[in-house]
Amino acid sequence: MREVAVIGIGCTTFGEKWNSSFRDLFIEAGARAIEDAGLSGEQIDALFVGNMSAGRFVEQEHIGALIADYAGFAGTTHIPSTRVEAACASGGLAFRQAVTTIASGMADIVVAAGVEKMTDVAPGATVATLAGAADREWEAFVGATFPGLYAMIANDYMHRYALTREQLALVPVKNHYNGARNPIAQFQQEITVETVVSSTLVADPLRLFDCSPITDGAAAVILTSWERAREFSDTPVKVLASAQASDTIALHDRRDISTLDATVEAAKRAFRQARLEHRDIDMLEVHDCFSIAEICAIEDLGFCRKGEAGRMTEEGETSLHGRLPVNTSGGLKACGHPVGATGIKQICEVVQQLRGEAERRQVDAEVGLTHNVGGTGATVTVHILGV
Amino acid sequence: MVGIVTYGVYIPRFRIRVEEIARVWGANAEDITGGLGVFEKSVPDIDEDTATIAVEAARNALQRRGIDPGAIGAVYVGSESHPYAVKPTACTVGEAIGATPKMTAADYEFACKAGTAGIQTCMGLVMSGIIKFGVAIGSDVAQGAPGDALEYTAAAGGAAFVIGGEEPIAEIHHTCSYTTDTPDFWRRSGEEYPRHGGRFTGEPGYFRHVLGAARMLMEETGLKAKDCTYAVFHQPNAKFPRRVAQMLGFTKEQIEPGLVVPRLGNTYSGSSMIGLAAVLDIAKPGDRIFVTSFGSGAGSDAFDIEVTDVIASGAFRRGAAPTVSELLADPIYLDYALYARHKGKIVMQ
Repeated sequence: MREVAVIGIGCTTFGEKWNSSFRDLFIEAGARAIEDAGLSGEQIDALFVGNMSAGRFVEQEHIGALIADYAGFAGTTHIPSTRVEAACASGGLAFRQAVTTIASGMADIVVAAGVEKMTDVAPGATVATLAGAADREWEAFVGATFPGLYAMIANDYMHRYALTREQLALVPVKNHYNGARNPIAQFQQEITVETVVSSTLVADPLRLFDCSPITDGAAAVILTSWERAREFSDTPVKVLASAQASDTIALHDRRDISTLDATVEAAKRAFRQARLEHRDIDMLEVHDCFSIAEICAIEDLGFCRKGEAGRMTEEGETSLHGRLPVNTSGGLKACGHPVGATGIKQICEVVQQLRGEAERRQVDAEVGLTHNVGGTGATVTVHILGV
Repeated sequence: MVGIVTYGVYIPRFRIRVEEIARVWGANAEDITGGLGVFEKSVPDIDEDTATIAVEAARNALQRRGIDPGAIGAVYVGSESHPYAVKPTACTVGEAIGATPKMTAADYEFACKAGTAGIQTCMGLVMSGIIKFGVAIGSDVAQGAPGDALEYTAAAGGAAFVIGGEEPIAEIHHTCSYTTDTPDFWRRSGEEYPRHGGRFTGEPGYFRHVLGAARMLMEETGLKAKDCTYAVFHQPNAKFPRRVAQMLGFTKEQIEPGLVVPRLGNTYSGSSMIGLAAVLDIAKPGDRIFVTSFGSGAGSDAFDIEVTDVIASGAFRRGAAPTVSELLADPIYLDYALYARHKGKIVMQ
């Protein structure tokens, strides 16, 4: 099995991009990544794209073919192009497919991308589509919405571990602080605990500012084998681990509803592969689809005991200036969450940090970890990257 | 020279509060009043509609000025809720004010800016000498689908502006428009309620066009925000006009007198025109008024208006018809059941 490296990254800005179509988004991100890697298009061997629901958002399926076509590969080099879907973990999954393809020797230079165009449908339709990440039969049909499911996780967690409303609010506050320093972030304004706790109630206890937004955006990375990486990049970043795990789709079938066992498993597998300890990790990009998800992620990835992440956040350990910065990109909350693109954006953020290109949000990091979740935890991918 | 010779407004007396609509749909009223800045909206009586409102507004305008109705050469009524798809409201108004038969007439549709488009048409007819006076009316009994966000603000009301070349109470120095093909809000023929693109109605809709027309007007005339006494914008809620005013450099003091939506709701084709009327109700000679309407579909008409001495002369009798403040005072509040009956939402066999 060969070692794999990231040699190029590219992201669009994330936000309500009224003037960018689904295709425009992908082309922009892909072009940036190819330019960053100093490649020409003919050198790409394969393409993987993560996308949750183009069928319902823009009535387009067969995304693999569409993307290859509009990137200029389909009619010329006829590369294999595959759409990958795991709800909000589609991006992380696309990255994993690219990694395993190169590791196995099946291809040398592969693009892993993620794209989602969510603003071309009415908000009600968006919420209904996102509910497909949960169990349609046993959760959505009986009235649970996505915020509703994470609210149940929050209620269970807050009751058992005595997390306060104010502590929970510190997560989006921190992520907005970071987002304000990220040029691609959807939200560029800093907020306070008061902003969070006085915002509109969505699903008790989650309020508007506990929830990631509806976002258009795309991200792309180029990977190759570690042995060839320096042909293309002076700052290649090595993929130290790629792990994935599954769990029951419905929240009510979980062993423990405020522990994402798939996160626990994927993290164990990743640390084993990388032969690293938790203290070796310098920064995290975790899946904060809702504020409570970041709290659980920090714990379930093994960085502290269950019930401790609230205190860690409160004491500033996960802030940009803390000992373990979490979500320097602004996370899903402030950077935005174009569903299929998030997992790839997380890779882009870690790569930028490791290369020293993060400017106003730069942290001191040589090893970073990304954590991407599908639904309420039915699919989790964990990747570790290092220089 | 062309301008506003006289004007009149009509607002039905009934109201429903945002709290009452929120109560029925299980929504949080404070989120809505806080977010939109609207507290209550006007509701037509059972026997009122766009035509009756347009007639009342036109009659109120004529009460204030001694104009021979026979000299009115054009009537245009802009609305999204004309009683007939075919048979103009403008004819009914023309007959009711004694302007027929020597006049031209037509009904306009351009969402909330159909009335200001009528003003522009009348300006053209007056300036070319084809007519002496033209009446441009914006009137609506707006429909909001039950349970939809628009139900909180879709209101009823209208304003009539008589445009002419001799001794206007306010001169229109310049007008220009910004128009594109943008489907932010629409209603297909035969459909009861309009549909809209959610957040798409904001930046690509309202803001793009209002800013486009306003900036175009400022560039073409050299007018700056600080040169104006008042600014009036289309007001689907209180939030959008306040934000666009800030973006253009207008102050709270300049826009609040023309901001009628908090206690009235969105009167659609009447919206910016009733706002302008509210300003004219208090304006003094020399006041400069900046107006920009917006209609979905989409477009904005901008006007540079300056009040003349005539407004304070005996020729114009402001007190001969109700002001906007007077029409907003002393309302009769309805509960949702009576509101539904007034608005024809209860289907009877």
